[in-house]
Amino acid sequence: MHAVTEAAISIGFHGLAFAMVLYLISVGLSVTMGLMGLVNLAHAVFAMLGGYVLTALMNRWGVPYAVSLAGAAAAAALASVPLERLLYRRLYGGEELDQVLLTMGIIFMSVAGVTYVWGPLNQPVYLPHWLDGQIDFGFRHFPTYRSFLILCGAVLVTLLWLALERTRFGAQIRAAVDNLRMAQSIGINTSRLFTLTFALGSGLAGLGGALGADFLPISPSYALSNLVYFIIVVAVGGLGSIRGPFVAALLIGIADTGFKYLLPELGAFFIYALTMALLLWRPHGLFGRA
Amino acid sequence: MLGRHWRLAALAAAIVLGAGVLDAGLAPTRADTTVKIGIINSYSGFVAQAADEMQKGIDLYVKEHTKDLPAGVKIEIIKRDDTSNPEVGKRIAQELITRDHVQLLAGVILSPVAAAVAPLTAEAKVPFVLTNAAGVSIPRLSPYVVRTSFTLWQQCAPIGKWAAEQGWKTAFTGATDFIAGHDAEGGFTKGFTDGGGKIVGKVNFPVQNPDFVPFVQRIKDAKPDVAFLWVPAQTQATAMMKAVRDIGLREAGIAITSAQDLLPDEELQNMGDVIEGLITAGNYSTAAKRPANDAFLAAWNKEYGGKTIPDFFSVDGWDGMAAIFDLVIAKKGQFTPEEAMDFLSHWKNPNSPRGPISIDPETRDIVQNIYIRKVEKVDGTLANVEIATIPNVKDPWKELNPAK
Amino acid sequence: MTVKDLDRARSDRNGAIEAFARRHRFRPLEAVPWVAALAAAFVFPGYLPLGAQILATILFVMSADLVVGYAGIVTLGHAAFFGTGAYTAGILAAHGWGEPLSGLVAAAAVSALIGFLSGLVILRTTGLALLMQTLVVAAMLLETANKASSITGGDDGLQGVDVWPIFGVFHFDMFGRVAYGYCLGVLLVGWLVTRQIVHSPFGRSLTGMRENVRRMHAIGAPVFRRRLVVYTISAALAGVSGGLIAQTTQFVGLTSLSLERSGNALIMLTIGGVGRLYGAFIGVPLYMIAQDQFAEIEPVYWYFWIGLLMVAVVMFARGGIIGLVERFRR
Repeated sequence: MHAVTEAAISIGFHGLAFAMVLYLISVGLSVTMGLMGLVNLAHAVFAMLGGYVLTALMNRWGVPYAVSLAGAAAAAALASVPLERLLYRRLYGGEELDQVLLTMGIIFMSVAGVTYVWGPLNQPVYLPHWLDGQIDFGFRHFPTYRSFLILCGAVLVTLLWLALERTRFGAQIRAAVDNLRMAQSIGINTSRLFTLTFALGSGLAGLGGALGADFLPISPSYALSNLVYFIIVVAVGGLGSIRGPFVAALLIGIADTGFKYLLPELGAFFIYALTMALLLWRPHGLFGRA
Repeated sequence: MLGRHWRLAALAAAIVLGAGVLDAGLAPTRADTTVKIGIINSYSGFVAQAADEMQKGIDLYVKEHTKDLPAGVKIEIIKRDDTSNPEVGKRIAQELITRDHVQLLAGVILSPVAAAVAPLTAEAKVPFVLTNAAGVSIPRLSPYVVRTSFTLWQQCAPIGKWAAEQGWKTAFTGATDFIAGHDAEGGFTKGFTDGGGKIVGKVNFPVQNPDFVPFVQRIKDAKPDVAFLWVPAQTQATAMMKAVRDIGLREAGIAITSAQDLLPDEELQNMGDVIEGLITAGNYSTAAKRPANDAFLAAWNKEYGGKTIPDFFSVDGWDGMAAIFDLVIAKKGQFTPEEAMDFLSHWKNPNSPRGPISIDPETRDIVQNIYIRKVEKVDGTLANVEIATIPNVKDPWKELNPAK
Repeated sequence: MTVKDLDRARSDRNGAIEAFARRHRFRPLEAVPWVAALAAAFVFPGYLPLGAQILATILFVMSADLVVGYAGIVTLGHAAFFGTGAYTAGILAAHGWGEPLSGLVAAAAVSALIGFLSGLVILRTTGLALLMQTLVVAAMLLETANKASSITGGDDGLQGVDVWPIFGVFHFDMFGRVAYGYCLGVLLVGWLVTRQIVHSPFGRSLTGMRENVRRMHAIGAPVFRRRLVVYTISAALAGVSGGLIAQTTQFVGLTSLSLERSGNALIMLTIGGVGRLYGAFIGVPLYMIAQDQFAEIEPVYWYFWIGLLMVAVVMFARGGIIGLVERFRR
């Protein structure tokens, strides 16, 4: 019995840490896909960029960890603006194939770009000393870094929900997701809203990529290797919501960790099967709308 | 002057010119004999760092010893990238053979790539000097394969035996899920169980796995006496040791051991003090004390400016080129595939940076000393210090499984 | 109206009917790719292995065109069927049945089955949801192949693929001569099948579904069923192309099921021209030859230019090369 609870706690803890990172990266994708009708496969590029900025700031210029995290988020958010204004804007509500090709092209160019600047190898991440080792929670020890991730994630999620529910900006987003034409006709500047939302989503992704750099290694193939995970979170969670991806990320994060722990021979297979089953039941995701 | 006999004159001139050209062409040329060598390495992909170490070792040997080639004999090296992918490796091997007409193939980091390339060498009769991939049965896939690096059983069986001798009764093995990982855990299991130990659990990591924490957590929860952890060297090893540190595996009283891949020399500083005292088995350590190694390190630092540390990949590449150069020098650049294989199968180097090595003609695999090493601080930096030597180890797997 | 007007109208109408009835007959221009392929074998004898791979990939991309270009189902998971076919043919050959033609039939059958089953599930949706589901199906198959490593070889790849000579006579050699002819023959058959589908009423209804699905529902066309049929057929063709690669390279790796492969298929198709039957014939050789020549030199630049090309094509040249040619002619 004791061994089972041990295992359950281990899985729950690590799964939660993984889920936080998944959520931070995917929430932006869900909102932009729901809001702008754009399948942005290149979303993970911003997470990757955040990771590269973090390691560059810390390794090259010795910038402290917390500042580097902020820098990563800011860099990703800023980089998203020209991309949105110049390229993505033209494809809103357009042909899916076009969107797929364009975003694939962007992924390829970003792969080339980061390889050119930083080389093809994984970027080493040197966490600050205060994140090393373990924390004693009384009944058990847990790795400090993972605990930090969970804490950060919880804080950010709360802030995000508050922003969406309690601010005017949040209300505008919700309105535009529900009914874009109506939102436009009551005077919401949807064009500016898109740019800001895109930047927010990308910034969060950058932060997620930087926070998760320890177990989602920062390398040129980041955007392609991890794409399926983020897509699954969004597909299961539902487009245009911020609650949906959270539940989905929890499910996926804990299930993935659980299978790695208990049944590593099966790997991620069950995650995919679970996803297909959920999508069969709710084709638009758990919290999505038709 | 020539008038209407200009045609005749032109014909005569042409004949003279033609004869001259023909004469030059038929004369035995003191022009160069060029030996073309195709090097297949993983310049990109998840083992790119190891590939870089191996390439540096290869390049260094070529640079130092080109002057030893006989007059008129040149070596031409064609490098191709297998992108850490067996499919690509097979294709570029085919192209090297059919398009570039190489006489020898060399290199290859990954065992699956080597396994894909080997059948081609048999069909085309091209000798293949394998300078890293350590899957035990690869030389059996083709009579044209000779290996200068090591086999995983050569290292993991002795360390398994050593682990049992320490009084550890139970072990949990974790290894990456491909040929090399399977061989590693197989070798350790044999050595450990022969010594009276029991394997209480085993786990396999996905090949490009970034996050070892859940796996290490599981090992910690299982509470074995010792954990055998094998991953392909370089960044995976560092990630593994990070997980070990974060989960507190050693603090929980679980010993850790492996082959040299877990503690590659150039990653030691990145891993931090958690690795102090760990014992592994390997064929080369940068901290080894012998004259050949001192000379090698001096040449290395001169060429690469002290910015990189050589490890076993580098030395295995170095020795591979040594074998090839010895062949070219002995045969003056002209040899048939059979002559090459005959020479290479009987090749010896008593003076390698790793000690005396030779090829076993029966298996075409390497015979070398295996060292038990311990991580200690030498002048303030972490190093793999050799504490015991097992001399002239042949590949145990082939001894236990003779070819039919 | 005069009699002359009526006569002219009648001849116009007859002309139009004639043209319509004749449109699917073979035109001389359509022989060009085949002649070029045969000629290439003699002009570039050292490049036959690459040539064989190009031919097999043309079949793969053409099958993707059926789904993406004609039926309007955007998929990023077509490699699932390619890989299924490759592993089917490869596993058969590695376990004692190396007859190539029956191996291809098996590959087609298994891929068609997977196509049918996955289509049943995912073709109910459209748009973004469908796209994401194609990704998930492919990822699932990739993971299965990865984990079932005792059968598939996992990350090591499927070793020991031993393909028997075709008809007992033509043995697959390292230089790719037999492979080239084999792939060319199979591609010809696949092309005939695809061409037949595209020019048939069934094919026309696919275009209708792509352009205006509501209208098709309104006129009573069985949309779901037709999409499922074309998806299954396309999966079968993709499976055959995978089997070809497995048999001619005598190796199957996990990359045959990868996202990169699906993505590359779309890229090659777009370069040539989507939904125009011959897009694959133009896009695939261009891409693969360029990749063979340039990607080795500096992979970084290769990725960059391909990415830029994609962005440029979407912005300026949506119809690919065939589209540009059409525009030019006007």
